[in-house]
Amino acid sequence: MLFSKKILSKTPKIRLSNLYKSFGRKHVLQGVNLDIYPGESLVIIGGSGTGKSVTLKCILGLMEPDAGEIEIDGQKVTHLSEKAREKVNAKMGMLFQGAALFDSLTVWENVAFGPMQTQRITKKDAKKLAIEKLALVGLTKDVADIYPASLSGGMKKRVGLARAIAGNPDIIFFDEPTTGLDPIMSDVINDLIITTTKKLGATALTITHDMTSARKIADRIAMLYNGKIIWIGSVKELDKTKDPYVRQFVAGSANGPILTQAKVEK
Amino acid sequence: MKFIDLLGRFVFNFLLATGRFGLFTAQTIRYMFTPPFYYKQLLTQLIEIGFYSLPVVALTTLFAGMVIALQTYTGFSQFSSEGPVSLVVLISVTRELAPVMAGLMVAGRIGASMAAELGTMRVTEQIDALSTLSTNPIKYLIVPRVLAGILMLPVLVLIGDIIGICGGYLIGIYKLEFNATTYLVNTWTYLKTMDIVSGLTKAAVFGFIITILGCYNGYNSKGGAQGVGAATTNAVVSASILILIFNYILTELFFNA
Ligand SMILES: Nc1ncnc2c1ncn2[C@@H]1O[C@H](COP(=O)(O)OP(=O)(O)OP(=O)(O)O)[C@@H](O)[C@H]1O
Ligand SMILES: [Mg+2]
Repeated sequence: MLFSKKILSKTPKIRLSNLYKSFGRKHVLQGVNLDIYPGESLVIIGGSGTGKSVTLKCILGLMEPDAGEIEIDGQKVTHLSEKAREKVNAKMGMLFQGAALFDSLTVWENVAFGPMQTQRITKKDAKKLAIEKLALVGLTKDVADIYPASLSGGMKKRVGLARAIAGNPDIIFFDEPTTGLDPIMSDVINDLIITTTKKLGATALTITHDMTSARKIADRIAMLYNGKIIWIGSVKELDKTKDPYVRQFVAGSANGPILTQAKVEK
Repeated sequence: MKFIDLLGRFVFNFLLATGRFGLFTAQTIRYMFTPPFYYKQLLTQLIEIGFYSLPVVALTTLFAGMVIALQTYTGFSQFSSEGPVSLVVLISVTRELAPVMAGLMVAGRIGASMAAELGTMRVTEQIDALSTLSTNPIKYLIVPRVLAGILMLPVLVLIGDIIGICGGYLIGIYKLEFNATTYLVNTWTYLKTMDIVSGLTKAAVFGFIITILGCYNGYNSKGGAQGVGAATTNAVVSASILILIFNYILTELFFNA
């Protein structure tokens, strides 16, 4: 594995060591090792069903790994108490695949949800904060009072992004931020991801199978295959690599070592 | 061999599901007493369950009271006077009909909508999103719903009691041409606290059954729209069956023990 010396010297923001997770007989994660350094933007690529979302859910504490350790800022976060977990989660923001906005709340209530839960702020201040965050993602205050159901996919993603950054997180996760968007909107979202994370100085972990997006937002790219990280490197290294798995994935070709037949084990 | 294998798996899965449900219930009850409490959510659910279920509960109990008066009159013609008819209406409405009717109606309305709403929140990752925003989803979503069920069902049943008795009265006076004053006086003298209290206790239990099953099925649904549909059906069917079973058990405890 290759990465620059400058990065190596710091303690990782997130460290995954030997992560295992199975569902019944389906072994999804089989020893994932990954270090993500403060301030970097790491992208995990990999085919559908390889366990990218599962990895993210383990880090967020939505799932318990079967074995292995997860460290955030050097602190072990597997088997935390509820209170301690909430404290860790306060450092993190997440943009979900389908945005996962709360249907029953208006746009501004969605955006200000985290701060309203964790800090004691008045409704007025919360709304002001929400409108500020909405401006960061290019939305005006006209959308603040409408319900998410009437937003387009791209706008939902933007609101989801505003909600993810509302609590000023150290770490932001993006689960397939560009899936289902047209190329132009995808690029807009990519730009927003770059500017918002830079503005916060946050560490970003993105999972995607959109290579255009990966190239644009990544400092480093890691490939997940067969339950393991099989390759990691910078975008430059990605183009030069001889790794047949990575080359096949990047080229988007059906021919190569990657098993395309979905293995269904029951 | 194959049969034993299948049976073993069935028993294992059944125990697993029961254990999960038990854990979910225990967690919900524990969180009812640990802050933070979400009063706004509770208020929304109280209105949703109490206010919006009123029309169905009122209609069903009204007709239940009416039909009981009619049946008592035609079926037991030798006893058909103000006394027996008003007594039978009173007892059957307060002890059985109002709680069971309200329970089944609310199971259909609220159990189904809770399962569908929470199921949709699950498959669209809204429940996961709550956790990432430092909010415990059981405290925020489940506790207010279950509390509202326990609190609101007795209120609905009390209203159902009154409307059901009025239904019997209407039939007694206008169809069977009883004397209005005698009928009312009879109803009043036969009225026992125990009849009302047992009905309201049943209602609270049914409120718990309906909401916990609606929430459990929705909260744990998976597999997209189809999973949400299955969760909705399961919530209503299991709640209806349990309501009838617990109705029997509670009657046994109240009046036969
Ligand atoms: N809660 C669960 N129960 C059972 N199996 C699960 C669960 N969550 C995920 N899986 C399985 O784990 C595997 C990996 O799922 P995951 O969602 O991580 O894939 P992914 O890499 O994110 O794919 P995609 O790119 O399609 O989102 C899948 O085969 C999925 O069926
Ligand atoms: Mg995924």
